[in-house]
Amino acid sequence: MADATAGTDPKPKTGSTADLVRASLARRNRKQSTLQVLGIGAMSFAFLMLFILVASLVSSGYQAFTQTHITLEVFIDPEEVPLERLPRGGFDDVIEASLSSVLEDADPNDRATMRALGSLLSNGAQFKLRDRVVEDPDLIGQTVTMTVPVSDPYDQLHKGLIDRETPEQFRRLKNFEIAWFDQLVAMEAISKPLNTGLISNPDSRFPELAGLKGALVGSFWALSVCFAISFPLGIGAAIYLEEFAPKNKFSDFVEVNINNLAAVPSVVFGLLALAVFIGWFGLPRSAPFVGGMTLALMTMPTIIIATRAALKAVPPSIREAALGVGASRHQVVFGHVLPLAMPGILTGTIIGLAQALGETAPLLLIGMNAFITSAPSGPLESATALPTQIFIWADSPERGFASRTSAAILVLLGFLITMNAVSIYLRNRFERSW
Amino acid sequence: MATTVFLALLCVSILGYSLNRQAAARMRANGTKLHSVPGYHGLYSLLSTIVPVVVLIVLWLALQGPTIDRFTMSGLPAGSLDELETGGRQLILAEIKSISRGRVFGNPEAWKVDAADRYVWMHAVAGWMLFGVVIVASLGIVGFARSRVAADFRARHGVERITSGLMLFCSTIAIFTTLGIIAALLFESIRFFERVPITEFFLGLNWEPQIPLREDQVAAEGAFGWIPVFLGTLVITVVALFLAVPVGLLSAIYLNEFATPRLRAVAKPVLEILAGVPTVVYGFFAILVVAPAIRSFGATLGIPVSPNAALAAGSVMGIMLIPFISSFTDDALSAVPKSLRDGALALGATRAETVLNVLFPAAIPGIVGGILLAISRAIGETMIVVMAAGLIASLTINPLDSVTTVTVQIVTLLVGDTSFDNPKTLAAFALGMMLFIVTLVINVFALRIVRKYREAYE
Repeated sequence: MADATAGTDPKPKTGSTADLVRASLARRNRKQSTLQVLGIGAMSFAFLMLFILVASLVSSGYQAFTQTHITLEVFIDPEEVPLERLPRGGFDDVIEASLSSVLEDADPNDRATMRALGSLLSNGAQFKLRDRVVEDPDLIGQTVTMTVPVSDPYDQLHKGLIDRETPEQFRRLKNFEIAWFDQLVAMEAISKPLNTGLISNPDSRFPELAGLKGALVGSFWALSVCFAISFPLGIGAAIYLEEFAPKNKFSDFVEVNINNLAAVPSVVFGLLALAVFIGWFGLPRSAPFVGGMTLALMTMPTIIIATRAALKAVPPSIREAALGVGASRHQVVFGHVLPLAMPGILTGTIIGLAQALGETAPLLLIGMNAFITSAPSGPLESATALPTQIFIWADSPERGFASRTSAAILVLLGFLITMNAVSIYLRNRFERSW
Repeated sequence: MATTVFLALLCVSILGYSLNRQAAARMRANGTKLHSVPGYHGLYSLLSTIVPVVVLIVLWLALQGPTIDRFTMSGLPAGSLDELETGGRQLILAEIKSISRGRVFGNPEAWKVDAADRYVWMHAVAGWMLFGVVIVASLGIVGFARSRVAADFRARHGVERITSGLMLFCSTIAIFTTLGIIAALLFESIRFFERVPITEFFLGLNWEPQIPLREDQVAAEGAFGWIPVFLGTLVITVVALFLAVPVGLLSAIYLNEFATPRLRAVAKPVLEILAGVPTVVYGFFAILVVAPAIRSFGATLGIPVSPNAALAAGSVMGIMLIPFISSFTDDALSAVPKSLRDGALALGATRAETVLNVLFPAAIPGIVGGILLAISRAIGETMIVVMAAGLIASLTINPLDSVTTVTVQIVTLLVGDTSFDNPKTLAAFALGMMLFIVTLVINVFALRIVRKYREAYE
């Protein structure tokens, strides 16, 4: 339309171009604002997803930071727990008897009732009592006060995760069990303290007893090994490539290798570790030492790239000045360039270690997802790591593990945020701009 | 034992350091003019002790286990190993080892207990021998280094030669790692293809990695055709890219061109957080939130959605890739010379037209390189799909169905299995090799595109 008028109109040309532009301006501006709206939409989508991710983890995980406990007066009946049979004895019967004595309508002679009573407490309660009695056999015949976790369904009930309105047959707790629990609450026997067991207990089949101690210790060992290997080797390789390597085929080949290793899928490193470290060298499975070596191979490219960038950032005047006063090339690098580049190197190393801490797939392949109920005492013992523990718990069917998985993820994210914060602090505090 | 040996080595080498240093310092105090300062004489002794002896210790420790195992097995009474396959021998060795650690189950035969005793004894002897060898070797080197301290001895040159060698060794680790990956994958894959024909693997349309538990089992033969597994990987990758590419591109364009500096300063780090979240967390997010949401949404529309639909795993993977693509796009757009942007704006183009018609075409190579790298990330991504995708390979491209991926199969075939002599576990290595080759080709291609493009503007 505009073209047609432009051809026939006798008005001067400049005016017609201005009209043309003016006529199309609205459309062009609309296009611009469409692009802007789309951009804002895309960014909000990304932010929304991050928000949902964090919110869903927090909302399902915060419950696991408290744990419902019950405080009981237990009379240790010498008939059930005879001194000469220690450490064996009917500790569960003793606890059930004590429960039935405080609850009104619990008949101590009905076996079904007693079994239901027994499942009120965590399975670990009787072992806790046993350990106390074995340590101090004088307790037999006395009444002791003990505070133990309740079992998972009651924990869920107390935290409001089991809906009392649900018809009885669809509920994990029957009406009489809920009535018992309400009696105990009325007696103020139930408390909900901070769940220190989440950090201080090792893994367990029972959600109320399961904790992260084994995983934390395992991750600590794996990361220590990873650091001890990748930090010196990475810095050595970076210094060689940046400061000493002649420009030849070999140096190019090394560089291509490093760049490719940085992009190899992590599961392939797991295959490497499984075939070489475990299959050929015969190192033990599930050991944090093997995990740490695998993670070191994956972290090294990150450290090398960060170190090279940090070395490059040191101005040539420093090198020239040192060379000018007669230092050798080694003395220049180790005495002047490397110390100045250290903040940048440390920043890159911490970021690399943070990535290694969250790495799961290679650890799965070398068997660090085993079910282990004690914390490892050294890097060669079987252990899990924080991310593999999350994987194990995410796979567990019990309801209580769902919130523990979220809680474990929050712990992992807490570590990652701390490490990144430290690296940002180091960068801001010590890095110089020249 | 290993800790003691390393401590002993450390003590001896520190002794050598101080001996050499003091000797050189005394010479200097007496008025001799030294080539190197005393510290370098000390370092020379320290390094020339530690480096060879550490190599010796590592080699010893690596060879000690297998050697002792072999001695243990060959020392067993004649006849006890007859008619046993490799697996049976390994079982006996494992039993002996567990007895030697004091974990006795049932009543083992007397010869096993004897063998366990001998096993413990040999370990103790090997440990003491290593200790003795290390002490003798390191003291010998310390003595030799001490004898070389002299006025014209070039200790600094020696130290610099050793550190140069060490650094050269460090930089070859990357090559050794690549070689190790290739060797491990190739070696185990060849063993796989000895059992399963290579044509079946590449052309077969069925993936049922089962092995007979008994000889006479019906339906014992597994099927090892990788096409359905690879197709599943592609389906999930495509779903992920459908989400990540538009969102990543648009947010990068917005951040680069329209956002105020303050918004940019906040938004970029927040996007980086998405990149820093461990993948196991995304996997849990997929099964906790996304998969149920997609299923209930499908239910309201009356569409049946499989519980572990490719859509759930793929879209969560897409979320993971958003920061990846947006940062590559951002870099590519920023690398376009300012003159192009200024020229377009001076001709009266709107900013949207500048971005879409001038900057974007100029940045295309960099963006494509980024997308290719994202594809290789998606193909190699493991935890999200292990947790949220299916296990059964089906020949489908419907994202609402359950599909499996190469990485899922690798993990499920290998987790909990130790023996390397059946096609089921070896298949994982064949899949791993395909994964390595595919991602390597994509990476090399992508890096080449990115680099070529960078050179064009510099």
